[in-house]
Amino acid sequence: MSVLTNNLDLFLRAFGQTLQLFAVSAVLSLVLGTLLAALRVSPVPVFRGIGTGYVTVLRNTPLTLVFVFFVFAYPLLEILKISEYTAALVALSLYTAAFVCEVVRSGINTVPVGQAEASRALGLTFTQMLGNVVLPQALRSVVPPMTSTMIALLKNTTVASGFAVFQAGNIREALADQGDDVLFGLIWVAIGFIILVLPLTYVQQVFEKRWSVAR
Amino acid sequence: MSMVLFDVPGPKARVRHKIMAVVGIAAVLAAIVYVVMRFIVTDQFSSRRLDWINYKQIQLSLVDAIGNTLSAFAVGAVLALAFGAIFAAARLSDHAWVRTPAAVIVEVFRAIPLVIMMFFFYYGLPQAGIKLTAFTAVVVSLMLYNGSVLAEVFRAGINSLPKGQSEAAYALGMRKTQVMTFVLLPQALRAMLPTIISQLVVLLKDTALGFLITYEELLRWGTRIGGDAPNFGRPMISVMIVVAAIYIGLCLLLTWLATYLEKRNRRNKKVIHVDADDIPEMASV
Repeated sequence: MSVLTNNLDLFLRAFGQTLQLFAVSAVLSLVLGTLLAALRVSPVPVFRGIGTGYVTVLRNTPLTLVFVFFVFAYPLLEILKISEYTAALVALSLYTAAFVCEVVRSGINTVPVGQAEASRALGLTFTQMLGNVVLPQALRSVVPPMTSTMIALLKNTTVASGFAVFQAGNIREALADQGDDVLFGLIWVAIGFIILVLPLTYVQQVFEKRWSVAR
Repeated sequence: MSMVLFDVPGPKARVRHKIMAVVGIAAVLAAIVYVVMRFIVTDQFSSRRLDWINYKQIQLSLVDAIGNTLSAFAVGAVLALAFGAIFAAARLSDHAWVRTPAAVIVEVFRAIPLVIMMFFFYYGLPQAGIKLTAFTAVVVSLMLYNGSVLAEVFRAGINSLPKGQSEAAYALGMRKTQVMTFVLLPQALRAMLPTIISQLVVLLKDTALGFLITYEELLRWGTRIGGDAPNFGRPMISVMIVVAAIYIGLCLLLTWLATYLEKRNRRNKKVIHVDADDIPEMASV
């Protein structure tokens, strides 16, 4: 207990950074992932190919490798200098977007065909149909799996601890530098994550029950 | 498939799609050309920076690194499958004193980030006098995390079977264990095989986290060779392309196996077709 109370400031700062990383990359990956899903169901074969290619590559690459690429390899290309923090945001967002895309696409597949047909009969264009009719319904059915993806993103932020980005994964290093109790420090970090994740799991179950019968 | 979101294109739409296709290809090509230009301008593919490929020592260490990644994967996968089977059985138990602790353990290990678990086993435990090698720390963490996820997969698979299966088995006079091992498990395993394999892909990718606790796997090898400034002038780009290709190749091989099994399942009449919506989505990220 004393590890936590003596370093409360450190713990709060670190978890604050974790939440910040999580929030920004969650928004970015949701936007990018939805766009990718739109590409993957578009009538233009080339766009579908681009979406599929992106998802295949990113889903089969370890997140750590994406991090290594953006932190160690990208600066060698001397394109645009980015800080490690930005690199972490980019890596997390690009990686998670591939999973968001798959979730959204599976949601689109659950929307009955009649919805798209009726939209066409009313004369809506593809983008209108997707944006106003299909996606709103798809996103509803997609809340539980999307929550799982977001939980995974929250946990994945700790990968940044190998790349000089301060967040909850670095509490160990800070404690070790002070000569503090690393073992119990790590247990407290784990408890911190359980506290963050469990409410999300609960929300997920509630939505699953409430929205599963909506259609 | 959702390919019914649009009509068969008419002449005007075809022209429009062609224009968009050209624009799309141009955009992607422009991006690729730009990146390749940067490669050339910053001289990433100079003979000095590609020289590492020629050294026998480095080639052998690459084989070693792949071997380390694969052995962590193999041991982790076997342990995770066993862990998952045991805890799924425990969660399905009729006795609350078995069910509840198993549920708590599974939920807790699913909520803790894998990195924190690896840190705990590698940096935390030595303080309590238990020293684990990096390999053990990686494998144990992979087992606990992926095992918990797999436990949920197994459980969902068994719960998604039609109730008539177990009722009929009980009506035939089978005991609980017999119902489970002879009737439910074989069907559930077949139905869940694609999901199980995609979780194994996640496990394979997660071995790369061993990088963070100095386990000598493929990614660590890559950063070591790629960061070698005195001998090869920091060939990070070329090395990382090789490493990424190996990871993607290995994962695609497993994914391909999953799709193959799924296709074979679809043809097989013995497999009960579980509605995908009945299975709670697993965070396979």
